[in-house]
Amino acid sequence: MSRPPSLIILLVLLFTASAQAEDEPRKILIADPYIELHSGPGRGYPIFHVVERGREVYIIKRRTDWFQIRTEQGIEGWASREQMIATLEPTGEPLDLQEPARENYMSRRWQGGVMAGDFGGASLVSMFGGYAFSDNLSIELTLNHILGEYSNGYSATLGLMHVFAPEWRLSPYFTLGTGVIYTKPKATLVQTEDRDDQIGYVGGGLQFYLTRRFMLRTEYRNNVIFTSRDDNEEVDEWKYLGFAFFF
Amino acid sequence: MEVSRIRILLLSAVFATVLPGCAWFGRGKDDAPPEVVSPASDAEVLGDPASDRPIIDPQVERREIRRKRIDTEDFEIGAYVGILSIEDFESNAVYGARLAYHLTEDFFLEATVGQSRAGRTSYENLSGSADLLTDSERDYTYYALSLGWNALPGEIFIGKNRAYNSAFYFVAGLGSTTFAGDDRFTVSGGFGYRILPTDWIAVHFDVRDHVYDIDLLGDKKIVNNLEAHLGLSIFF
Repeated sequence: MSRPPSLIILLVLLFTASAQAEDEPRKILIADPYIELHSGPGRGYPIFHVVERGREVYIIKRRTDWFQIRTEQGIEGWASREQMIATLEPTGEPLDLQEPARENYMSRRWQGGVMAGDFGGASLVSMFGGYAFSDNLSIELTLNHILGEYSNGYSATLGLMHVFAPEWRLSPYFTLGTGVIYTKPKATLVQTEDRDDQIGYVGGGLQFYLTRRFMLRTEYRNNVIFTSRDDNEEVDEWKYLGFAFFF
Repeated sequence: MEVSRIRILLLSAVFATVLPGCAWFGRGKDDAPPEVVSPASDAEVLGDPASDRPIIDPQVERREIRRKRIDTEDFEIGAYVGILSIEDFESNAVYGARLAYHLTEDFFLEATVGQSRAGRTSYENLSGSADLLTDSERDYTYYALSLGWNALPGEIFIGKNRAYNSAFYFVAGLGSTTFAGDDRFTVSGGFGYRILPTDWIAVHFDVRDHVYDIDLLGDKKIVNNLEAHLGLSIFF
């Protein structure tokens, strides 16, 4: 034997698949009687070509639920996700699009989103990002922009969030954390000082699984601002509606 | 190409069954150059009488292949330039940046950041020297987090042979405007038109209204700042 077989096996396991995959787009096999190619990534774009069962095509890219396909003749068009699910890998397995569906969305670790609401009478615009340690417990960073009639402010808080029943479509959660708040009185008021204070909060909310990778959220937090004055300040924070997605 | 790949797979399956013990797997051979299987070794292996097992081992179907991820282009980043009319403070050029995430073919999330500069009010011009705002207070910046809806997707036709994808969309959002020394809670909304000269470039024309309360002149009032801009963005 002129060459060691381990080399070939290694070559198969490590090099061929990955190296070839980088060179050319992913190839799939049509399993439906035919798939329709639209001229654009949307249901209304006209169908200008069909590819029959048994043909191999390349996936060039994906945009939302549409896949750009190139046929062996070089014709490019967009196919819907519903039809792509019925296609096969060249090995004969069904094409796995790795959709974040409700069944497996809990396995998604990163989450981000925006919320809007009310912070002690002021308007609130909020952004958050979180990482889940487990199905129930995650750590979350929230950035608030507080826009009031008499003062503006920013806050950044880091907290833990516990989702009681992540498998439910509508699930309550509990949250607890701390951070900093910066308050700046409005320029039109009599001169008062800008303030940096520590803030702590306890709160709860509801998350509602919408579809695919998207969720709606609503949240209440009871904030305690540890001021440098004699009394601490308590502020109710209502986030009426928020939108979150997994990635 | 495909034939030789299948051949390599079959060969490797045979090797894996024929040769017991895998302790030598990958021992210091990772840097060896890949080699091509010749027809001679093909015959040699397939004709190996030492193996009673079937040549095609069903185990081979379970091998782990790292497939190339499909290139997903749901994000859009771009910049725009246009005109912003700041109520009471003239119209001026506005520059901005835009990041969008396409959730579905119908809806997208959009974050915009823009910057402009306020001019002088008629009162300031007439009175001569009584400035309402300092120089730095005339800087106007805003951000908006919006939800967009592709209301009228379609195609435009230029001549006989060219068709470009397009969409007419509505956006509505929340954000903040920093102007006259303060941040102001701002509600914005508008519409836009997007044309895609290629699959990954979009040209936008947008009209936005930015609405907020201001009490600069004593009484609180609602102002509408209209903006029209042209933008260019790429999908990634």
